[in-house]
Amino acid sequence: MNQLTSILEGFGRAVLLLLESGRHLGTLPRQRARFIEQCYLIGYTTLPIVAILCFFMGSVLALQSGYSMENFGAKQFIGSLVGLSFARELGPVIVAILVAGRVGSAITAELASMKVYQEIDALVTMNIPPARMLVLPRLAAVLVMMPVLTIIGILIGWFGGAVVCKYVDFISIEPEAYFAALRSFMQFKDVSTGILKAEIFGFVIVLICCSIGLSTRGGPREIGASVTKAVVASLISILVLDYFVTKALL
Amino acid sequence: MTCPLHRNPITAVESPAVGVSIEHLSKNFGRLQALRDVSFAVEPGEIFVLMGPSGSGKSVLLKHIVGLEAPSNGRVLIEGRDATAEGTLENVRIAMVFQAGALFNSLSVYDNLALYPREHRLGTEAGIREKVMRALQILSLENTAHKFPSELSGGMKKRVAIARALVMEPQLMLYDEPTSELDPIMSATISEIIATLKDEYHVTSLVVSHDRELALGIADRVGILMDGDLVFLGRPAELHAPKDPRIANFFHPKIDLKNPRFKSLEA
Repeated sequence: MNQLTSILEGFGRAVLLLLESGRHLGTLPRQRARFIEQCYLIGYTTLPIVAILCFFMGSVLALQSGYSMENFGAKQFIGSLVGLSFARELGPVIVAILVAGRVGSAITAELASMKVYQEIDALVTMNIPPARMLVLPRLAAVLVMMPVLTIIGILIGWFGGAVVCKYVDFISIEPEAYFAALRSFMQFKDVSTGILKAEIFGFVIVLICCSIGLSTRGGPREIGASVTKAVVASLISILVLDYFVTKALL
Repeated sequence: MTCPLHRNPITAVESPAVGVSIEHLSKNFGRLQALRDVSFAVEPGEIFVLMGPSGSGKSVLLKHIVGLEAPSNGRVLIEGRDATAEGTLENVRIAMVFQAGALFNSLSVYDNLALYPREHRLGTEAGIREKVMRALQILSLENTAHKFPSELSGGMKKRVAIARALVMEPQLMLYDEPTSELDPIMSATISEIIATLKDEYHVTSLVVSHDRELALGIADRVGILMDGDLVFLGRPAELHAPKDPRIANFFHPKIDLKNPRFKSLEA
């Protein structure tokens, strides 16, 4: 029962934080510098790990599907399988998980540390709402950077699949044939669905991580506990939301 | 509860110091009663020092004034406005110097000071620069402008926190243990700074401290909190020979090696 109350409390806090941030939307143009800094942190610094992970996920997917589909003589559909899986599901989910682990944890650690060391209290006494200065630029930045990361992740995943198809002996499909199969089943809606999912995941991750960070009380131990809590809550939210958003968009 | 206008030497802005009225303030944290029916008033422009042993509720009271805590009972009025009401911090400029400074670690000293005027769009960047450098100059911190808080000593951090508060052109300055963890000379320096600011800027100052020298040296009036109760309210001179044995013990504790206090506490 206590666990349920605490989950509902956390949900309520996140919604209130979102409403509070929304109230300051008009200040975003003059927070350009903060917005650009957050775009850099969320997008640019996450890009290398997104590229590495998506490349190998695409490769493994092509390898596994090549191994299984060879028995049915359906190797020519590997491109379609990798393409659709990455665009609709793997791309947005992998990027969201990486953003939760890399960016979400850093956001929670920073805000929790600011809370514990009274920097947030100092902002409040200066009549500078933390939601305006610390939350709004991050929410805006994640909305801009998630599609960029997801599109790059999807393209690199496709490319990883193509490399495996060309160079692994028992598959041996030329890139032209691989991408032709990919194109034949792919529609614009598949990619736009993936991007929409990534937008929702990214927004929820940043909101959860900001909310948990700003509600931290105690000392250094609680900062660590908040980071763990924020990452776990983000990962669970990604997977739960994934099901419902996918169902709604089918 | 306002007093005549006085000109701020940093900004040349005229603003009145404000008074604070604490009315029957009580605060409970679960079963723990941190404050019990505390009432007193701080007059505009005075230095009021709130003393008491650790855990007596001093910092909790300070948080009520700045709206970081809501009372369980009673109220705090700042120039007639409820401290918890929306808009109080917009209409009354209150600056707080936190015990550990609460400087923004990711910003340089200069940016820490410039944050308030920038966020509230109080002038051009050149004007803000002038204000910030003047505040740093008053506290002899010009050379620290481009340093980060992690590069500063404890005393410097406190002075930067005071400088940051000054840039806000405050009508009310709250200090939470401004001399804790400082050597005696730096403690005296901080006390002198607080007194000078009162004289030159005419801000109301409410200082929470258990520094006896500070209270006797610069306070206009002193309040003493013990276990959430206000047990003394008066002039510092009255504290030289207090009648209440608890206050006498707090002000002049004797080291008794034959009968140590911690053993009686254990019992």
